[in-house]
Amino acid sequence: MPFSTLTDIQAKLNAGETTAVQVAQTYLDRIATYNDDLNAFVHIDPKNVLAQAEASDAYRKEHGARPLEGLPIAVKDIFCTQNGPTRCCSNILEGFEAPYDAHVITRLREAGAVLVGKTNMDEFAMGSSSETSAFGGVQNPWNTDCIPGGSSGGSAAAVAAALTPAALGTDTGGSIRQPASLTGLVGLKPTYGRVSRRGIIAFASSLDQAGPMTRTVKDAALLTSIMSGHDAGDATSVADAPSFDWLAACEAKDMKGLRIGKPKEYFIDGMDEEVRTQVETALKKCQDLGAEIVDISLPHTEYAVAAYYVIAPSEASTNLSRYDAVRFGHRCDNPEDLEDMYARSRDEGFGSEVKRRILTGTFALSSGYYDAYYLKAQQVRTLISQDFKAAFEQVDIIATPTSPIPAFKSGEKTDDPLTMYLSDIFTIAVNLAGLPGLSQPCGFAQDLPVGLQWIAPAWQEDKILAAASAYESATDWHNQYPKGFGGES
Amino acid sequence: MSWEMVIGLEVHCQINTKTKAFCGCSTEFGAEPNSQTCPVCLGMPGQLPVLNDVAAKKTILTGLAINANINLESKFDRKNYFYPDLPKGYQISQFAVPVVEGGYIDIPTPDGEKRLGVTRIHMEEDAGKSMHEGLDAVSHIDLNRSGIPLMEIVSEPDMRSADEAIAYLKQLHQIIKFLGVSGADMEKGQFRCDANVSVRRKGEPFGTRTEMKNMNSFRFIKQAIEFEALRQIEILEDGGEVKQESRLWDSVKNESRSMRSKEEAHDYRYFPEPDLPPLRVTQEEVDAIKASMPELPNQLRKRFETEFGLSAYDADVLTQTQSLAQWYEALVAAHPANPKQCANWLANELLGRLKELNKDITESPISAKGLASLLDRIADNTISGKIAKDVLDAMMESGKDVDVIIEEKGLKQVSDTGAIDAMIQEVLDANPGQVEAYKGGQDRLFGFFVGQVMKASKGKANPAMVNQRLKELLG
Repeated sequence: MPFSTLTDIQAKLNAGETTAVQVAQTYLDRIATYNDDLNAFVHIDPKNVLAQAEASDAYRKEHGARPLEGLPIAVKDIFCTQNGPTRCCSNILEGFEAPYDAHVITRLREAGAVLVGKTNMDEFAMGSSSETSAFGGVQNPWNTDCIPGGSSGGSAAAVAAALTPAALGTDTGGSIRQPASLTGLVGLKPTYGRVSRRGIIAFASSLDQAGPMTRTVKDAALLTSIMSGHDAGDATSVADAPSFDWLAACEAKDMKGLRIGKPKEYFIDGMDEEVRTQVETALKKCQDLGAEIVDISLPHTEYAVAAYYVIAPSEASTNLSRYDAVRFGHRCDNPEDLEDMYARSRDEGFGSEVKRRILTGTFALSSGYYDAYYLKAQQVRTLISQDFKAAFEQVDIIATPTSPIPAFKSGEKTDDPLTMYLSDIFTIAVNLAGLPGLSQPCGFAQDLPVGLQWIAPAWQEDKILAAASAYESATDWHNQYPKGFGGES
Repeated sequence: MSWEMVIGLEVHCQINTKTKAFCGCSTEFGAEPNSQTCPVCLGMPGQLPVLNDVAAKKTILTGLAINANINLESKFDRKNYFYPDLPKGYQISQFAVPVVEGGYIDIPTPDGEKRLGVTRIHMEEDAGKSMHEGLDAVSHIDLNRSGIPLMEIVSEPDMRSADEAIAYLKQLHQIIKFLGVSGADMEKGQFRCDANVSVRRKGEPFGTRTEMKNMNSFRFIKQAIEFEALRQIEILEDGGEVKQESRLWDSVKNESRSMRSKEEAHDYRYFPEPDLPPLRVTQEEVDAIKASMPELPNQLRKRFETEFGLSAYDADVLTQTQSLAQWYEALVAAHPANPKQCANWLANELLGRLKELNKDITESPISAKGLASLLDRIADNTISGKIAKDVLDAMMESGKDVDVIIEEKGLKQVSDTGAIDAMIQEVLDANPGQVEAYKGGQDRLFGFFVGQVMKASKGKANPAMVNQRLKELLG
C-alpha cells in the first residue's frame, strides 16, 4: 500500500477495505521510520492527524464520502494552517501560529482530506535545492547525498518516499515542477489566478501559485479540481476562469492530432546529455502516440532568468517587510531602540539567501534604478508572454525538459547562487507568463529521475492533463520507486 | 521687489465607509484599541487586500465635484517604509495612475473669483497610531485605524497667500461635507493637511519649498504658512538658502521645526501592488455616480443670489451647510413674500441666538414654519419688527407658538388712530421746547418724537401709523 496513489487509496476506502484511520496510521508509521533520513517533514502532530482521520471515517459513515474523504495530504510549510506552527521554514516566524487556514487548506478540509503535516522547504520558498531551510536541508530519496530540488523539496521527498501519497507545493519559478522532476513525481503549477493565494505566505505575489505533487497525473487533477476556484478574498483569483472536468481530461490514451511544440531554446549546450536524451526519447514516444512534433522558438527565453531575478526579489523585498518583530515572530533580545530591533531581529531571523533577495529587490526598486531594473524586467516579461502567444498559434502544447540537470549533490551549489539560479532556467518563463505547467517523470539520468515539462495556454490545463495522461499510460516511469523505503517487496 | 508666497496643499481625507479599504473591519471611531482589526489589516502572513468599492465610488464622486477627469483604469502601488504602526511595512496607495486627475476649485478673493488647480486625488489606506505617552516606558500601537480608506487631494502650487490657502481648504472641506464622502471632522483627524510653502520675488521662478506636515485646524494652518513664509524670507534676505525639508508645526510654541531633511527623506520604492488588479470603472458607472451628485456649495450660492435676490454675503452664510440651506428654503417656502427678510432673520437673528446656545441649525428649538409665522405677524402688522425680536426670544425659551406668545404678553401692535393720537399728544405736551424748535425748522427732531411715542407705547405702536399721525399733528 505505501506507494499507492490517491486514487488507489480512495478505491480501497470506498470499498470498505480500509479506513481513514488505518491509512493515516500507515503513513504516520512510515514518517516515524523514514523522516530522519530525509528531513522531509518539519512538523507532525500524530494525534491531530488521527483525530482528522477519525472524523473522516465518521463523516463517511453518516453522510457518505466527499471528493477527498480520508486521503492523507502533506502541506508545504508555506501554507498557513490552524492549530500548529507555520514557519515558512524561517527563524523569523519563530513561535508563529496562524489563526487561520489558507483558502486552499479550507477547501481540502471541506473535501474530507486528512492533513498529515508540514513539509520542509527553502526558507520563504527562495531556493532550488531545499537547503536554505531553517530546519536543515532535505535529502532526495533516490540518492540521499543529493538534494530533492526546491523549494517544495520536503513535499517532493515525502511523496517520492511514500511518506504521504500526495502533497501541496507552491511554484514561483519552478518550485513544484523542478523538485517533482528531481524526485520522479508529477507536479502541476496551475494557471496564475486559478488557485487562491490567500493564506499562502507570499514570496512573489505576481508569480506564486499553489499546486499538487503526486505520483500520477490523475491524482494531480483530482487535487487541483478541489484547490482551484474563485476566492473573493484574493483579488487576483479569477472569477470566471474557464473550467472543465478535471478527471475526464485524464482519460486520454493517445495524442492523435496533437501538435507539440519543441522550443530550441530548451535544448541547449551545457544541459545534461542524458537528460536531453531522455526528453528526446519521450517526445518520440509522443509521436508514436499520434502527436506531431513541431520545432518552435521562444526567442526571449534567455532573458527569463534575469527578469525573474529582478521581479521576484523586488516583490519579495516588500512582501517580507511585515516581518518586523513588532506583532509576531522572532524579536532580538534587548533592542536598544526601534532601528536596532528591526535590524537585529531581521538579521537574526532571515537566512542568507533571503537576505540576498531582499537586498536585490530593495536595490532594484530604489529611486534611480527602478526604470533600469524593475521596469525593464516587466517589459521582458511582456515579451516572454508574447513569445508563448505566438508559439500557441502554431502548436497546441509545448514540451521541454523540466530541469537541465538531474538532482545534484547537497552543498554542491550553495556557495554559488548564480549557478543555483540556473536550475530554474526551464521553469521560470512559465511563471512570468502566468501559464500552466506540469512535470512528469520520463526516465533516468545517472540513476536519478528526469522530468518532462508540459506547457499550455492559460486556462488549458485540460490539454496538459490529456497529453501527460496519454504519455503516462504508455510508459512505466511513474511506477518506479526509490530503494530503501519499503517499496521493493 | 516684494516677496510672494507660493503654496500647494495636500489634504488627507478619511472616506466614510462602514468597513476598511481592504478588509471587512469596522471604521467606527473611538473603539477599544486593536478591537477593530483582522489578519488583513494586521498584516499577517499570506493575507491579501480586497478593495472596498464604496471607497472608490466616493473618491470618484469627489473628483467629479471638483471638475476633474476620472481615469477609467487606475492602479494601486505599494509605498514602502518601516514604521511600527504600518503593519505590512508598506502602504497601499496610488502613485503612477491615480483615479482622479486634473480638477479645480474656485475661491472668492478680494479681486474676484480665483481658480485653483487640483492635480490629483488618489486612494490609499491609513496607518495605525503609535502612542508613546503611557504609565509604562513602552510604546503602544493601536491598529484600529490601520487600513481605513483615505483620499489624498493634491493641489497645484496655485495659492499666493495663507488666506487663499484657507479659502481653498474651507471650500474643499465644504464640498466634501456636501457630498457626504467624509465626516471631515478635523479634530478626529478625518481631514488633515500638509502645506508646501516657498517664497520668491514676484515673477521669478519657484523657490525651494518646505513641507509642513499633518495639520488639522484652519487656524494652525494659516499660522504655520505665515510663520514659514516669514522664516524663509528672513533666511533669503540674510543671503542664506532655504533647505528642502519636512517640518512640524508646534501649535503650542507657534513655530515650526525641522522633522527630516531631503537627505533623510524616505525612498518609498513605489511599485505596482501585485495583490490588486487595476481599478476599472466604466463610463456608465461614472455617469451614474455623477447623477447622484447633490447640489454643490457654489451652485447653491449662485442660485440663492439669483432666485432669492440675496447678497453674496448672505448667500454664502446660508450655504455653509446643507442643513442650513435646506432650512432657509423651507423658511422661504412658508413665507414666500420676502426671501431677503427671511435671510436676515435666519442669518442675523436665529443663527446669532443659536450660536450663543452653542447649537447649530439642526438643533434649533424653532422650526422653519415657526419662524415663518413670526415673519407673517410682522407682515400683517400684528407686531413690529422690534417686538418680533422679543417674541423670538420667548419662542426660543418656551417653544410656544408665535400667536400664543403675542396674546399672553399683550404684545399686539396698536394700530388704533385714537390711541396713537392720544399718545402723540401726551408726548408733544411733555416736550414744548422741542415742538417749538421743530416748527422753527429743526426737522431732525422728528425722529425724537417718533422715539418718544414708541417708548410710551412700549414698542407696540404701529411705527408707520405713528409716523403718519405725527406728521399730521405737528404739521
